[in-house]
Amino acid sequence: MILSVASGKGGTGKTLVATSLALSLQGQGAVQLLDCDVEEPNAHILLRPQIDSSRPVTVPVPAVDNEKCTYCGLCSEACAYNAIAVAGRTVLVFRELCHGCGACSYVCPAGAISEEPRQVGVVERGRVGTMRFAQGRLNVGEAMAGPVIRAVKRLADPAATVISDAPPGTSCPVVETIRGSDFCLLVTEPTPFGLSDLTIAVEVSREINVPCGVVINRDGPGDESVERYCAQEAIPVLMRIPFDRRIAEAYCRGETLAAAMPSWQQAFRELFDRVRGLAAVGSVS
Amino acid sequence: MKIAVSATAPHLDAALDPRLGRCQYFLIVDTESMEFEAIENPAITAPGGAGIQAAQLIAEKGAEAVITGGCGPNAYQVLSAAGIPVFVGASGSAREAIESYKRGELQPTPQASTGPGAGMRGGMGGGMGGGRGGMGGGRRR
Repeated sequence: MILSVASGKGGTGKTLVATSLALSLQGQGAVQLLDCDVEEPNAHILLRPQIDSSRPVTVPVPAVDNEKCTYCGLCSEACAYNAIAVAGRTVLVFRELCHGCGACSYVCPAGAISEEPRQVGVVERGRVGTMRFAQGRLNVGEAMAGPVIRAVKRLADPAATVISDAPPGTSCPVVETIRGSDFCLLVTEPTPFGLSDLTIAVEVSREINVPCGVVINRDGPGDESVERYCAQEAIPVLMRIPFDRRIAEAYCRGETLAAAMPSWQQAFRELFDRVRGLAAVGSVS
Repeated sequence: MKIAVSATAPHLDAALDPRLGRCQYFLIVDTESMEFEAIENPAITAPGGAGIQAAQLIAEKGAEAVITGGCGPNAYQVLSAAGIPVFVGASGSAREAIESYKRGELQPTPQASTGPGAGMRGGMGGGMGGGRGGMGGGRRR
């Protein structure tokens, strides 16, 4: 079972939910936490994992053999990202724009293009007690998180309960993280900002056919608009975490909610039971 | 001599478009006869690498120089590989820019004059940045 935790809006509590949920499920079979927010992984700050291995993540980029090249320009026409250009008797490769799709080498009639790996980040594997942990780190200055996220997801153990912490937003890295999950928890806050970005996140999860449910964080102040929206759209509100200074203080000390206030562990286990039920229904319908 | 000018509309009295990769039109102008061909810039909607695509088009059209407002590093690299000098910082109409070029008032830039993706800001296709966390909402791309 793969459960991703996303939000739309940043700073709503994705990592708070993902880490405490994973910790609360320890002792109920294998649990694995994947931090897919490869641009700014932060679950490790709360979980302090022991990292056992680190592997480079590479993207294949074109290398042009000038002896064979006829400067026909087909590679440049084929590239959807304008990452390869033919200007006069020169072929220019813009490696940072290359998505590694291989179209240029595929269409080259002269066989002048080979592929060479370019490192864009790393994946790290480790443990937090009995829980398995993995995270990706995108190199600073790189624009494409996708290959690193896919490398993290490849480490998912099909026999384990996998919790994937997604990046904020609703763009490609989020889609990449959520895609293939059995369920997506959307963490939001009861504010107009929270609702606006939640709406987009719900549309994303529907587009890629992943059933979703909502966790309302910092519940209390704010307005009713998120509740109204969820009722209208028949999206289950699965948990409410109150606006509570003690939670904020513990988080600021780098403690998870599950560790700082252990009474929450039961609530997270119940949350997971409901998710499992909803995911089973989602996969049938 | 054929010159490419970035312009906001498909005629010589149109204002020069300060962006190269994401300009509205390219005017390929014969500086002797002032006859020209107007080309809608296909790169204007490119998700990335607009300057690269635009620069290749300019080279394909046989232009021997480019007059524009600003030129980023990727477009500059393609144009210099093709041996095409870039005259930046021009303003007014496309016709005025060509006239000042002919009078020798414009100097070719020895390097890119803006950062990559400068034409994205404020205009179409913007929104690369965005804040993160807290009140500002998530990153979006």
